[in-house]
Amino acid sequence: MVRAWDPRIESMPKDELEKLQYRLLKTLVYRLYSFSPFYCRRMKESGVHPDDIRELGDVAKLPFMVKSDLRDNYPDGIFTASRDELVRYHVSSGTTGKPTVVGYTAHDLENWTTSLARALTSVGLGRGDVVQVSYGYGLFTGGLGLHYGAERIGATVVPTSVGNTERQIELMQDLQVTAIACTPSYLLHIGEVAEKMGVSIKNDTQLKMGILGAEPWSEQMRKRMEETMGIAAYDIYGTSELSGPMFTECTEQQGIHIWGDLALTEIVDPQTGERLEPGERGELVFTILQKEALPMIRYRTGDITMMDDAVCACGRTHPRIARLSGRVDDMLIIRGINVFPSQVEHVLMSIPEMGEHFMIVVDRKGSLDTMLVQVEVSREAFSDKITDLMNIRAKVVHALRSILNVNVDVELVEPGSLPRFEGKAKRVVDKRVI
Amino acid sequence: MDTQEYTIKQISVFSENRPGRLAAIAHALEEEKINIFAFSIAEAKGFGVVRALVDKPDLAYKKLTELGFMVSFTNVIAVRMRDEPGGLSDIARIIGDASINIEYAYAYSGRDAAVLILRVDHVEDAIRSIRAAGGDLIRAEMFT
Ligand SMILES: [Zn+2]
Repeated sequence: MVRAWDPRIESMPKDELEKLQYRLLKTLVYRLYSFSPFYCRRMKESGVHPDDIRELGDVAKLPFMVKSDLRDNYPDGIFTASRDELVRYHVSSGTTGKPTVVGYTAHDLENWTTSLARALTSVGLGRGDVVQVSYGYGLFTGGLGLHYGAERIGATVVPTSVGNTERQIELMQDLQVTAIACTPSYLLHIGEVAEKMGVSIKNDTQLKMGILGAEPWSEQMRKRMEETMGIAAYDIYGTSELSGPMFTECTEQQGIHIWGDLALTEIVDPQTGERLEPGERGELVFTILQKEALPMIRYRTGDITMMDDAVCACGRTHPRIARLSGRVDDMLIIRGINVFPSQVEHVLMSIPEMGEHFMIVVDRKGSLDTMLVQVEVSREAFSDKITDLMNIRAKVVHALRSILNVNVDVELVEPGSLPRFEGKAKRVVDKRVI
Repeated sequence: MDTQEYTIKQISVFSENRPGRLAAIAHALEEEKINIFAFSIAEAKGFGVVRALVDKPDLAYKKLTELGFMVSFTNVIAVRMRDEPGGLSDIARIIGDASINIEYAYAYSGRDAAVLILRVDHVEDAIRSIRAAGGDLIRAEMFT
């Protein structure tokens, strides 16, 4: 391993790591059964007792938790630390219904920061780096999470938060920023605004890295950003229920390392809840092993991915998850077929004539679902021959139909005409009245 | 022969088929006091391409790009037609005899003559063979 924050833990032999996970799980389950009315009731309801946990795989005997468990117990009904032990709250924007509140003890914050310190070190950041944190600061976990993680490894933080993009680009130049943490769509936006300002991210800044997440993105998007901006782009993962953004890829870019001493990872079939094998795609489920204020047992993230259990080329032994391929609840059902917006993005990114921006409009004509993809043509690909444009359109239609197995209509639109997203991208408009 | 002097810089603008887009283009050019000599719209499913010969193509390009339009330059040639019956068929014969492959064409009636604007796949070859066959090509400087 080139450089690690905590080499002893990060390259711990697999069997030792699993022993450690088992010990932590066992302790957690006993603690919750004894001291938390919520978890005790849950375990009793599903007929499981802490004594039933005799090996790591027995985690599958425990009941799942879902987002609504947090909502139903709003704000702090299932916290397992007293109010005076808490040092911070984060609140996730309730896009549907009530928001969810996450509390942190000092120890919880320490683990979160440590997790990011390991992650940021694994992408090669450290002292001397200047990290622009362009995730939102405040109730959202992204800004403050990356902020403390980057400070911990000795990097210099520029806490720009989201917005005022021109100023962000000026600061990026003036303060010689070497890495930026933000959503991939915001980095694209920064790229566009920079171009308008006559600034080339590649040639006029010191930026060498992007830590990108909080929304799904694709491998093609990564390649495109890496080429046009002259950076390495790394995927970061986390949800507020876990603490916030916690895990990133290492420089190998072969999946996101999930620190096993902090989280136990499972992949399950979203329909049946059955555990899936490494390499099989399903819903990501986490058990947070060392959380004090708001422990999570088998929390269903709603994210679709798969796990790789093999030791990474970087030497780290902790399991990796693949780039997310969608949300269980973003899944669109078009004429009975499951479609993820990420698949559409994937297809579009593989076609060089297409820009980064698209929208999916789903409607119903009579009893049939219709799916329209609106996409901006890239400026370089613009031809004044109608037949060229028709061919591009036909190519997109064909590619989408063959990947999605759904009849898709495609509309080429003017560049800049589709909505831009500074937070999470909402690329689906579902007009169906069912 | 210098084919350069017959090569005319046309601007092409991608436009969605929705109300007001054409007006927006026309208005932008008017604001910059740009003269439009010739003009055509090609339409397809949901979108179209507006093509124009203007007196200040670079300024038009800059202005429209600033407004967010997708604009490109295309080299075209312009052939003078007799503004009377049979004018077009004369030109068509010349083009046919020279086996020039036309991507698209549009016409306008100028003060002195009718003009046919052509996008061809090999501009230089086309200029040479049209001139050799007695076709009357208009110099690019006439569009400034
Ligand atoms: Zn690795």
